[in-house]
Amino acid sequence: MSLIGLVVAATLFGIGTYLIQQRLLTRIIIGLGLISHGVNLLIILSGRRGLAPVVTSSVGPDGIADPLPQAMVLTAIVIAFGVTAFLLALALRSFILTGSDAVEDDVEDRRIAGAETGATGEGS
Amino acid sequence: MSWILPAAIGIPLLGAGMAALFGRRLWPQRIVALIGVGSVLAASIALIFETDRSGPVVAQLGGWSAPAGITLAADRFSAIVLAVSAAMLFAVLVYAMAQLGRDALDWWFHAKYQVLAAGVAISMLTGDLFNLFVGFEVMLVASYVLLTPKTGPGEVRATMSYVVINLLASALFLVVIAFTYGLTGTMNLADLAVRLGDVDETIRTALGLLMLVVFGIKAALFPLFMWLPDSYPTAPTPVTAIFAGLLTKVGVFVIIRTQTLLFPQEGPSTLILTVAGLTMFVGVLGAIAQNDVKRILSFHIVSQIGYMIMGLGFLSVAGLGAAILYISHHIIVKTGLFLVGGIVESEHGTGALDRTGGLLHRRPVIAVLFLPLALSLAGIPPFSGFVAKLALVQEGVALGRGVIVAVSLAVSVLTFYSMTKIWSAAFWGSPGEEGRPAGRGMVLATVGVVVLSLGVAFFAQPIADLSIRAAAELLDPTVYIGAVLGDA
Repeated sequence: MSLIGLVVAATLFGIGTYLIQQRLLTRIIIGLGLISHGVNLLIILSGRRGLAPVVTSSVGPDGIADPLPQAMVLTAIVIAFGVTAFLLALALRSFILTGSDAVEDDVEDRRIAGAETGATGEGS
Repeated sequence: MSWILPAAIGIPLLGAGMAALFGRRLWPQRIVALIGVGSVLAASIALIFETDRSGPVVAQLGGWSAPAGITLAADRFSAIVLAVSAAMLFAVLVYAMAQLGRDALDWWFHAKYQVLAAGVAISMLTGDLFNLFVGFEVMLVASYVLLTPKTGPGEVRATMSYVVINLLASALFLVVIAFTYGLTGTMNLADLAVRLGDVDETIRTALGLLMLVVFGIKAALFPLFMWLPDSYPTAPTPVTAIFAGLLTKVGVFVIIRTQTLLFPQEGPSTLILTVAGLTMFVGVLGAIAQNDVKRILSFHIVSQIGYMIMGLGFLSVAGLGAAILYISHHIIVKTGLFLVGGIVESEHGTGALDRTGGLLHRRPVIAVLFLPLALSLAGIPPFSGFVAKLALVQEGVALGRGVIVAVSLAVSVLTFYSMTKIWSAAFWGSPGEEGRPAGRGMVLATVGVVVLSLGVAFFAQPIADLSIRAAAELLDPTVYIGAVLGDA
């Protein structure tokens, strides 16, 4: 694995982790996107680098790139794409319903917080 | 026999497509769904007999031999767990037809549900680490959309955290895949088991722990369970029931598969036993604090996962056998309890325990269904939970692991306490609010699940023997490796 690639992947993970801890779903989605890019990079790095993923007249058996990580990354990208689209739809739905796409607290958390301040907790 | 493996995955996927094509014609959809899920059930039962008679069944897709091609493989362990899962998928399908037919008609339900069934089948039958990721995703994507047939504020809130947590877990899974592939250059589980032996001890341990974390999130182990009790209760009852019965158990299944096959170690694992004890204890404490039928039961899922992991922690044939028995018992009982919980909710129009009551007089049959399941969950003889817990406790005592045995027994008492809480609030006392009587199909499906649970108790000996044989196979990975890679 190349050091530059690893540093880039780690940076993507770091920024993504920071964004995931935010309250707004749109930021969380961007954070997840960055993390999955970091992961994809990591998978690409795990394979052997070469000229082409097949043996041709100009690329000998020693020069071929490992095609398997590329196939795996392709699958991972498609899956992340689909789930991100679903999350964006949820964010939009939340915006329509509540006027913001902030991730709300657990029902129980709200009940306990309400009990502490003396206010009535709200159940769903 | 090897054609059965792709068939168990392909038929429900084909059924999902057909169900979607049928659009708003209800009966064709239902028939296709019954055939799709039914064929998974039939295939898995056939697999139990086949694997028990002549060892693991292996299919090399596309004719490429392992480890170059994509491998599907089933041994006794996967056949047993898949059969129990498929039986529950079938029972819940019947329940859903009765409930969703009138309450929450969702035209896409049958398509989504069959994709879920296919995802479960892929996850359990695959012999390839990357395909396992794909199987998980197929299952999870189906579960995301099953959670949101209605997109009210409650569903949107719960689904958000569920999807984000699972997406993060999937990213971590891909990190594991990248590291594993970088280290060994293979994704085939059997080939990995061979090649990981050459990897440096420290790195291998790190990889094993990373896998434990990834699948621990899916299986809702302590301290990674926080997403579960929040997201499950908001879904429609059949969906919650099947999630409760299956999804976390797929995580447990994979933990057991990877830890025994890829990272074999001698003797009891104190780390896994500690995680198991904390999982059961924290889960049951959460359950006691709740006041809603589905939320109580959701915390019990977490608590019960601890028992299965406890069986893995012993890393002995008897311990793993008990864990397999426990998984089979638990999938049935947990699904059944959620189905009864759904009936209680339907009868009262609410699942909040301060607004229910008096069901014992109004609908005694529901009480009859609830009682054996609740007692079984707590581990009271002669029900199936007792048989499974007894096997675990015996092995714990035999290995001299007193602490975990004491914790597991204490948790049983607390489980019993929270079951009596549901019982006294829902079945005894003054009549609660009126809802709509539960449909016949709902009761019928629940009866089926209860009968199956009693069956596990009645035929405890042959089932326990089978579990022991499956456990012996797990602890001797050479059988699995030899079957997949061939003897060449």
